[in-house]
Amino acid sequence: MSGNGISLEARELTRVYRMGSEEIRAVDGVSLTIGRGEFVSFVGPSGSGKTTLVNLLGCLDNPTSGELHLAGRSIFGSGHILSEKDLTRVRRELFGYIFQNFYLIPTLTVRENVALPLAFYRKPETEEEVDRLIGMLGLEQRRNHLPRQISGGEMQRVAIARALVNRPEILLADEPTGNLDTKRTEEIGEVLQELNRSRGLTIVMVTHNPGLARLGERIVEMRDGRAFEA
Amino acid sequence: MITKFQVAYRNLLRKKMRTLLTLVGIMLSSWVLVSLLGFNRGYERSLNHDIENMGYQLMVMAKGCPYEAATMMLQGGTGLRYIDQTMVDSIAKEPEVDKITPILMQAFFDPNKGDGGGIAGYYGVDPATFPGMKPFFRFRQGGWFRDETAAEAVMGYEAAELEQREVGDMIIVPEKNVTLKVVGILERTGTQDDGTIFVPLKTLQKIAATDKITTIGIKLKKDADSAKLEAELYKLPDVQVVSFTQVKQTIMKLISTARVMVFSVAVIAILIAMVGVVNTILMSVLEQQQEIGILKTMGAMPGDIFRLVWTETLIFCGCGGVAGIGLAFVLARMTDILMRRILPYAPGGGLVAIDLRLALLTLTVIVTVGLASGIYPAWKAGRVRPLESIRSDGR
Repeated sequence: MSGNGISLEARELTRVYRMGSEEIRAVDGVSLTIGRGEFVSFVGPSGSGKTTLVNLLGCLDNPTSGELHLAGRSIFGSGHILSEKDLTRVRRELFGYIFQNFYLIPTLTVRENVALPLAFYRKPETEEEVDRLIGMLGLEQRRNHLPRQISGGEMQRVAIARALVNRPEILLADEPTGNLDTKRTEEIGEVLQELNRSRGLTIVMVTHNPGLARLGERIVEMRDGRAFEA
Repeated sequence: MITKFQVAYRNLLRKKMRTLLTLVGIMLSSWVLVSLLGFNRGYERSLNHDIENMGYQLMVMAKGCPYEAATMMLQGGTGLRYIDQTMVDSIAKEPEVDKITPILMQAFFDPNKGDGGGIAGYYGVDPATFPGMKPFFRFRQGGWFRDETAAEAVMGYEAAELEQREVGDMIIVPEKNVTLKVVGILERTGTQDDGTIFVPLKTLQKIAATDKITTIGIKLKKDADSAKLEAELYKLPDVQVVSFTQVKQTIMKLISTARVMVFSVAVIAILIAMVGVVNTILMSVLEQQQEIGILKTMGAMPGDIFRLVWTETLIFCGCGGVAGIGLAFVLARMTDILMRRILPYAPGGGLVAIDLRLALLTLTVIVTVGLASGIYPAWKAGRVRPLESIRSDGR
């Protein structure tokens, strides 16, 4: 199945880990479709498989079985395993990632951190994107500051700008406010919502925070490796 | 826009002390290496210069220890043996001989020289033939002796400087209490001649109460067969022939042990520095696993990460190497003095000859060895998988 309106489609996606003789089905036959421009939140208790699922959807890991189609392209299927290089190629074309820890490079300024992905891969006409995103995310006054000179909320905004600089199709956010207080959490939530609305960005977010999850148009609840629409 | 080079360079600034210590290690090994290579070249060049500036290619002297003969040839010696001066005329008839000069070396104990006295070396030379052997001699003051029996002396540059002599001064030959008038002071030659006092041969023979000589200096005709002449000279009774090549080989043998020792130190220094590089880069890679993982989520390929880490190694080795070479240039004089203390014999002139070519060679060696050391950490960094690195942050 492919189509212009579909950003991501998973069929019977499964990820099994083996620990000695024990088999853990972290993701157990998940099928779901996420449309282009949708904002989907994944919730669930710790160990329910939500991060593992998002890692599979975001091509950070190979599934044990199942199929994945991204933007009309077949990525995983028929037992085909992608190499690290192939996974990187898919990731850099389609995804932007933000995590609970911001992983900014401490010796680079805000602007340099935002521009960092362009040192490795650059889509056409992304030159102006750095300053545009810095402006859009309210970081103009901080552009020449080092990460240690800005607040946690600002750091996550820098991480968001960095994730978006190569104009990804899908933004994957894994606990993006896990290290932030309530006020900063609200700020980041608003930023994500605004990006979804104004740029039509597909957002796939994992969170423990029910308030933040409600910003999504859809909420998918994970339990024992299975996905349920809430 | 930021480049990979900038990322690598800034990364080294994170742990400034660690970076500095690693750089110092590379700098020191680079210094040792370039100084050693410079010494290898400088020593041989100075030795060649010394021997060429002797003015003759062969010396004939009484039979004895070849090492003593070599020492005598370059800086005078003790326990001298004598040969008959009539030998000069018979050797001069050989077709290979261009010029020939008799020399008498004498050493007297001077109680006023240095702390506790020292040996003062005198060269008795023939005013008719010796200057022709040394056409490159230039006088700072005065000139050669007025006649072959004059009670006069020509002082080498350093000998005159040491005793603060001027033309017209009188010097006393120690032990003999004979007074000589200084008639000439030579310009610096960078050879052992700088420390020598030249006296007319007949005058020195009179002072030493002998009619013999210690050495005969022979300059060969152009394209003359040196080996053939040496064979002929060995037919003379109780003499040995020392050639330019022999002397050079003998001295190079004498210093070979010192060269091996210094070379070993350089190799060890480089190895230690490179272990430091591996340690620093590897630590840096391990500390930044999460960030490397994030770079991979941004689109960095394993090759990009490899090059990034390799660039860090390159910056380390490039900066450390250049600093070490700079240090070697600055400390060349000190290294020279140090080497002179260690070595059994050191020729005049600079012992450490460092030039741009040598500097570039050293830099190439340091960077090549450094890059080889960086392969493992860079390979390890390139293999970091984003998922595992993000998981490894303790969440």
